[in-house]
Amino acid sequence: MSDPRLADLDVIILDYGAGNLRSVVRAVERVGAKPEVAAVAAAMDDADVVILPGVGAAADTMSNLRERRLVEPIRDYIKADRPFLGVCMGLQALLTVSEEGGEHPCLDVLEGRVVRLPEGRKIPHMGWNRVEHRRPTPLFEGIPNGAHFYFVHSYYCDMANRDEVVATTEYGTDVTAVVERGRLAATQFHPEKSGAYGLRIYRNFLLQHSSNGASK
Amino acid sequence: MLTKRIIACFDVDQGRVVKGISFVELRDAGDPVELAALYDHEGIDELVFLDITASHEDRNTVVDMVRRTADRVFIPFTVGGGLRSDDDMMLMLESGADKITINTAAVERPALISEGAYRFGSQCIVVAIDARTEPDGSMQVYTHGGRRPTGIDAVEWAREVVERGAGEIMLTSMNTDGHQDGYDIALTRAVSDAVGVPVIASGGAGSAQHMIDAITEGKADAVLAASIFHFGTHPILDVKRQMQAAGIPMRMEHADYDDVL
Repeated sequence: MSDPRLADLDVIILDYGAGNLRSVVRAVERVGAKPEVAAVAAAMDDADVVILPGVGAAADTMSNLRERRLVEPIRDYIKADRPFLGVCMGLQALLTVSEEGGEHPCLDVLEGRVVRLPEGRKIPHMGWNRVEHRRPTPLFEGIPNGAHFYFVHSYYCDMANRDEVVATTEYGTDVTAVVERGRLAATQFHPEKSGAYGLRIYRNFLLQHSSNGASK
Repeated sequence: MLTKRIIACFDVDQGRVVKGISFVELRDAGDPVELAALYDHEGIDELVFLDITASHEDRNTVVDMVRRTADRVFIPFTVGGGLRSDDDMMLMLESGADKITINTAAVERPALISEGAYRFGSQCIVVAIDARTEPDGSMQVYTHGGRRPTGIDAVEWAREVVERGAGEIMLTSMNTDGHQDGYDIALTRAVSDAVGVPVIASGGAGSAQHMIDAITEGKADAVLAASIFHFGTHPILDVKRQMQAAGIPMRMEHADYDDVL
């Protein structure tokens, strides 16, 4: 069921040419919000929530964000502790630097490096993996600890501040699955492709930041 | 732990699922979107749609199917059949598909793999390989729906497609396909051992035990099946339970959208 409390929320999904936004849009709609897809920084001005989706490589993501003059506006938005949800590449782009295809400076709002998954397993890490909660957060409300989410990635976030990691998954090492700092949250998995519990992540995040939620 | 995936495959002709399907609970058992939603509900991990329409002139039917699927199904799905350019791929991905799969077109023009991988990322590019184990023991790649031999060795081709940027291999054995008598374990293992990307075993699923064998002996990362599920005789959760009992990590939680949201 979609939640009527989310109907008036101003949700911006950032389009920086990363391709398939449709599933993220549909997931957000499914939980009851009416998202707007936007490619310009000005759209973030009045947003209640900004979502940064994304697949592909870090270097392309950063050059796309630069071309669209979104780098500084995203940094400023997050610095102001406004509600921001990153998904997959939308998580990795937040770190200091990515080693994917060389050394690429990223948005540097979360301290850490994006590094290659350890050898010895199939890469990409593709499929449903068990996500272990490291500490409780409203983001996981209604989601059992150990529920599975859908991952597709070859690099992962090696976070400098472990207390920002709220969930991990095991793939040759403890892989950062969800980070949270203030009103910033980001997932390595694709909640829009992770069935009902995935949609619940969107719902929880949006509810947290809706006018009926606690934090606005 | 990363679970092993069960993938359901639908052959679609002019927007309708072909091969007999007999789910009584469906209003329209020939509608791939209805079926996709039902399979998602029953716990399938992933879906593949293969468009087998003879003429690919008119893509609107497929695009419509992909869009309607993305509207209702929140698990990953792959679309293939007649995609010959990165623009063809773009159309499917923009419409909501998570991955595309190419087969004959990749053999005819291998650069298509790297073009797709460069533009969309390897994670979107599934190369389907149809192979037959010949009487002399060699494993040969076939194209055009398994009708045309290529003289290419399946393991060599698997290595090449990965070098060119394939993120996953969907491997169908022409020997076992359609017989429901088990996957081709030797072929699956030979390819899976040769490449560092996930391999989906396809062709021959008739029971949960076949899937267990493909994973434990064939080293497959995922198993694909069509008819075994379509007749309702092997409920997906039953199959998953048997696989889990055999020690294979599976996604067992079964959450309904309306219950969780």
